[in-house]
Amino acid sequence: MKIYLKIWRQKDATSKGKMVDYTLDGIEGDMSFLEMLDILNEELISKGEEPVEFDHDCREGICGTCSLQINGRPHGPDTRITACQLHMRSFKDGDTITIEPFRAKAFPVVKDLIIDRSAFDRIQQAGGYISVNTSGNTVDANAIPIEKEKADLSFNAATCIGCGACVAACKNASAMLFTSAKVSQFALLPQGRVEAADRVMNMVRQMDLEGFGNCTNTGACEVECPKGISLENIARMNREYLSASVRG
Amino acid sequence: MALSGIFLVLFLALHFTINFTSVISPETFNELSHFMGYNVIVQFIMQPILIAGVVIHFVMGFVLEIQNNRARGVKYVQYKGGANAPWVSRNMIISGAVILAFLGLHFYDFWVHEMAYKYVEANPEDPTRYYAETVEKFAPFWRTAIYVVSFGLLSLHLWHGFASSFQTMGVNNKYTPSIVNFTKIYAVAIPLGFAFIAIYHHFNPIIH
Repeated sequence: MKIYLKIWRQKDATSKGKMVDYTLDGIEGDMSFLEMLDILNEELISKGEEPVEFDHDCREGICGTCSLQINGRPHGPDTRITACQLHMRSFKDGDTITIEPFRAKAFPVVKDLIIDRSAFDRIQQAGGYISVNTSGNTVDANAIPIEKEKADLSFNAATCIGCGACVAACKNASAMLFTSAKVSQFALLPQGRVEAADRVMNMVRQMDLEGFGNCTNTGACEVECPKGISLENIARMNREYLSASVRG
Repeated sequence: MALSGIFLVLFLALHFTINFTSVISPETFNELSHFMGYNVIVQFIMQPILIAGVVIHFVMGFVLEIQNNRARGVKYVQYKGGANAPWVSRNMIISGAVILAFLGLHFYDFWVHEMAYKYVEANPEDPTRYYAETVEKFAPFWRTAIYVVSFGLLSLHLWHGFASSFQTMGVNNKYTPSIVNFTKIYAVAIPLGFAFIAIYHHFNPIIH
């Protein structure tokens, strides 16, 4: 099939970008979206042009590296998948596909479709960990009884791959779903309760410092999250934050 | 934002209850209005709290909107917000701004008039005047139309805002579906009731 592409091209972080049109022929429905971009880049390289830079790594929906706004939606028109899991069968012959980087002040564009998501790393560094005694008498985590329901909720929160689709989808560029997932995965477990108050305060403070917007509960993040992270996590983080604030 | 919103939702229910008596019993409406207008606790404690609630709510709303706009410096060329979130939740600033403009008219119509009557003109107490004043206010078609349109926007604002307040306060549990359903009923019933009262009094001279 023949497709028309409108792709954001930006030389570097300081340059002004623009949308550039490309036409690709011979695209098959079984190709992945990123394979389609590989083909485009092969054509561009063979013509002596600069290839389109885009992030990718595992190409199986695990790493969260691919961060593309496709036709106005993070990771494209399908739900519960990342851009690398999107296939060209989701499009029709003659379609025009718009591809942009995820947009947020806290996710500056590095080049073309590549963005800097180190803001997420700094939020995690602010409290997304537990302290474990390593003096030789460490208790095996499996020896600590945990309710099945809480273990499941914690695991579900931990499936967040930090791709940034929640920020990209939110009209406010808010990182509440990501941060709340990282807060929840520890807050639900006994190992995480020890530092729970400091964790939520520090991670929320860092989130605000990074320049993300505020949550207005539109629910767009939950809809677009490839891992189905629930809004319940945001409510849980708000409870944790309120509780930590009251206790000082 | 959430706390001031819940407070204003509760106030709306009280306001509606009193207003609705104007449809079923002019005498009761006059009695309640006179009580609200001259009771010391209502006038000098509850009224300032209410005004503070309104001011806090809309100032925070505008501050959040400015912060949120700054959080995405470069806008998308293509952004399908409607694919993942309803219009009402994405445009609370629009419905809120219309309600704020309406409140300006509403305060001018009733609150400023009341302040002038009591404290500027220093008129004597008249517990029987409220019903007639209300009917007179809704005589012009333009005023009734503005009120009805504003109640429509109020409905949209409540549709998202009420249940959203609970989420912000950390309430997301087995009761959430009930809160969402109650929100929908409240968001339709209360503004519809207010609109009915305005339209009723617009046609009041014809009805009676």
